Amino acid sequence: MTREPVLEIDDIRVTFDTPDGAVEAVRGVSMRVGQGETVAVVGESGSGKSQVMMSAMGLLASNGQATGSVRYRGQEILNLPTDKLNKIRGAKITMIFQEPMTSLDPLYTIEDQLCEPLMIHGGKSRGKASARVLELLKLVQIPEPERKMKAYPYELSGGQRQRVMIAMALANDPDLLIADEPTTALDVTIQAEILHLLADLQKRLGMSILFITHDLGIVEAFADRVYVMRHGKLEEEGETAQIFNAPVTEYTRMLLDAEPSGTKAAPAQDAQVMLEGHGVKVTFGQPAGFLRKDTQFTAVRGIDVALRQEQTIGIVGESGSGKSTLGRALLQLLPAEGRVVYLGHEIGGLDRKGMRPYRDGLQMVFQDPYGSLSPRMTVSEIITEGLLVHEPGLSSKERAKRAAQALEDVGLEPSMRNRFPHEFSGGQRQRIAIARAVVLRPKVIVLDEPTSALDRSVQKQVIELLRRLQKEHALSYLFISHDLAVVRALSDYVMVMKDGAVVEEGQTEQVFDNPRASYTHELMRAAFDLRGILREKLA
Amino acid sequence: MTDMPIDTAPRPDTSRSLWATAMLRLKRNKAAMASIVVLIVLAIAGAFGPLVAPHSYSEVYPEFVKVRPSLQPYPQAEQVIPAAESALRRARVDLGGIEVEDGKVRIPVSSDSRDLDPRISRYLDRSDVFSNAELTIDAADPKKGMMEASVQELYFIMGTDANGRDLFSRILISLRISLMIGALATAVALVIGVAYGATAGFVGGRIDNVMMRFVDVMYSLPFVFFVILLVVFFGRNLVLMFLAVGAVEWLDMARITRGQTLSLRRREFVQAAEAMGVSSGSIIKRHIIPNTAGTVIIYMTLLIPKVILLESFLSFLGLGVQEPLTSLGVLISEGAKNMRNAPFMLFYPAATMTVLLFALNFLGDGLRDALDPKDR
Repeated sequence: MTREPVLEIDDIRVTFDTPDGAVEAVRGVSMRVGQGETVAVVGESGSGKSQVMMSAMGLLASNGQATGSVRYRGQEILNLPTDKLNKIRGAKITMIFQEPMTSLDPLYTIEDQLCEPLMIHGGKSRGKASARVLELLKLVQIPEPERKMKAYPYELSGGQRQRVMIAMALANDPDLLIADEPTTALDVTIQAEILHLLADLQKRLGMSILFITHDLGIVEAFADRVYVMRHGKLEEEGETAQIFNAPVTEYTRMLLDAEPSGTKAAPAQDAQVMLEGHGVKVTFGQPAGFLRKDTQFTAVRGIDVALRQEQTIGIVGESGSGKSTLGRALLQLLPAEGRVVYLGHEIGGLDRKGMRPYRDGLQMVFQDPYGSLSPRMTVSEIITEGLLVHEPGLSSKERAKRAAQALEDVGLEPSMRNRFPHEFSGGQRQRIAIARAVVLRPKVIVLDEPTSALDRSVQKQVIELLRRLQKEHALSYLFISHDLAVVRALSDYVMVMKDGAVVEEGQTEQVFDNPRASYTHELMRAAFDLRGILREKLA
Repeated sequence: MTDMPIDTAPRPDTSRSLWATAMLRLKRNKAAMASIVVLIVLAIAGAFGPLVAPHSYSEVYPEFVKVRPSLQPYPQAEQVIPAAESALRRARVDLGGIEVEDGKVRIPVSSDSRDLDPRISRYLDRSDVFSNAELTIDAADPKKGMMEASVQELYFIMGTDANGRDLFSRILISLRISLMIGALATAVALVIGVAYGATAGFVGGRIDNVMMRFVDVMYSLPFVFFVILLVVFFGRNLVLMFLAVGAVEWLDMARITRGQTLSLRRREFVQAAEAMGVSSGSIIKRHIIPNTAGTVIIYMTLLIPKVILLESFLSFLGLGVQEPLTSLGVLISEGAKNMRNAPFMLFYPAATMTVLLFALNFLGDGLRDALDPKDR
């Protein structure tokens, strides 16, 4: 590699001062990014990959400290005073972040937000800055740029917001764009579009991109060179092809293998139908009334579903397609129209009290393992809460026993039951959430994106856990996810949703291998053939 | 910028609840820790101080009106002689050189015309300054004698007020009253406000609307008018009145708790509890209220000073604490009247109030930082 280096990082160390003493998040990492090069930094959460960039850009949390050397075109920028750093940061090196929802200030129009860096760094007048903003919005291919300039962030979709963030980053013709998980919060088809945009811009503007991600699929399609990080250290580095074809270290190999695998056989044709929905329809908002606009919005438009014993139905779709709403409506957690039958009992439209006898059989696991466990309760209290409702006769000793058993069931030490949720990692928390569901010995579990917030390797363990529990307890799953790879590994029947309706449904293999609807086809490609899409579009 | 949470696996040996973590963070905040110490000292002083203080808060010393704060005992030496002279003026005897030492006064007395009557020692006893007066009549000459009396030594380290009551004792009792009022009214506000706000926020919909409109109506009620009404109904009963003040102050607490509840309601752990069929009451009790606790505690530490100031205001208007009981507000208002000739009467109560309010506010700030969910 003879390209002139834009950014050189030498032996950087980041330490955080915590109540438990100093924690070293990054322990001596060196990287370089050449002119016009795309470099990816891969690692699981907690590997310190973001902290390297944060320290280089002077954005470390207040209790963090960095040592080592970071040079931009030969100039030392680590721990530079803010006013000097600002000449480079935001002008020559820019960043885009994961959350396009929170990176934009909701009180200002897109034009205001984009003009600001141009006027501060570029010294442009307001009029010139506005003209440049329009140019930038065209560059990032936002539809109707003249109108979107005057819009507020909430009026834009997630993908459009990320485009605005990219436009903001490009405002002062940067040499280097640092992208920290820029597509993680986006749907797969949008992700493909954003990646394509980045690749296209790089080709046209000749800038370098440093791409931080946990998603190896993106890396393979997008990066020239890869750094693999683990526990704050570099595990491996090299050309993308070399890393993917001949990984040297055990860890990299494990990461590559962590792609969910396996399939699930369909249950017997005559298996008992556990949960059935007919014409399930959910409407939010209120109809027009006196001095009130019609705010009605139909999230689920009359869906039929029948879940048999030991069956797993995967429901896939992009955000806003109504898949989570459907799951909640079936469990009567939302008011819905249509019939819902659970084991022959009509449960549609029952109120809280009426539903209580059926709740132990119908359980739910939520997406966010950080948000779904009450932070002020111990694990044991969390798990046994349902028992207090459904088996009030149990003594506290029996309850503790059941909690211990449930913890063992999900592969956690029963001795951990007196701890608090914040002491556990994301994967362990999700296990606790699953334990909370299985302790009631349910028959049906609605799994709402249970693996989306987890690293691939942890995801794999959770998938295996779900498989084992299904077999041991003859469970039926309704598996809601936008992650097609996981759905393919876990479910035997798939429903593809878009805008509240089912676009396509059928046996997993059939839907994945021979999608009939064009939307399904597009979805599959964005998920499994990113490289193909990028190559095709750039050509 | 906030602290960076480090994702670490649980250590096998220690288990730390969020409260423990918050305490750990609070301990590093020196101002807050100092405030806790100050508050404990003030609370102990208020609770037990009046019991051990040398003077009762209601005892009047007519000789010592508005005396300056001093570490020397009263009466001071230069006051003893005039006091003795004025006390013995009615005995119609001639006084020799008066000596004062070790809390004793020795007065040589003599009479030109008649023998000394031993009963004249009572004139000395009648004065607040002297006690145990005794007259030793010279055996040789009954017209001469030596009078001895102990001088009662009174310490007024913070001086006395306009009625001659010890200011230090009065500050101690006023601390007790002010802290009691603060705690009582805040506790009432806390119980009503949290229960009301959590219910309104959790139930939502029309009930929430009605409940919060009721709060709005309460807000529009003129406070002083309300207090005067209460005084009319209940008479001047301190405890009842501050229960009532608490019953007004809960409005803010209810709004804060409702806001917290609205955001907690959408959290997945509440939905998870709903999916398990836990009843609304149990969800409020087990999930909502413990999670609002951080904010509520912070608000509480800020509500206590507010109530104490409120009480001062009411006492200033003459609606609060009645003599001889007193509170910091009353003492300050009396001090303000005597600012020119006895500035210490304003200074000491005001200083106590300032220390108390500073400590409560610092502690509130410290707690806010320690319990801040964003910092977790």
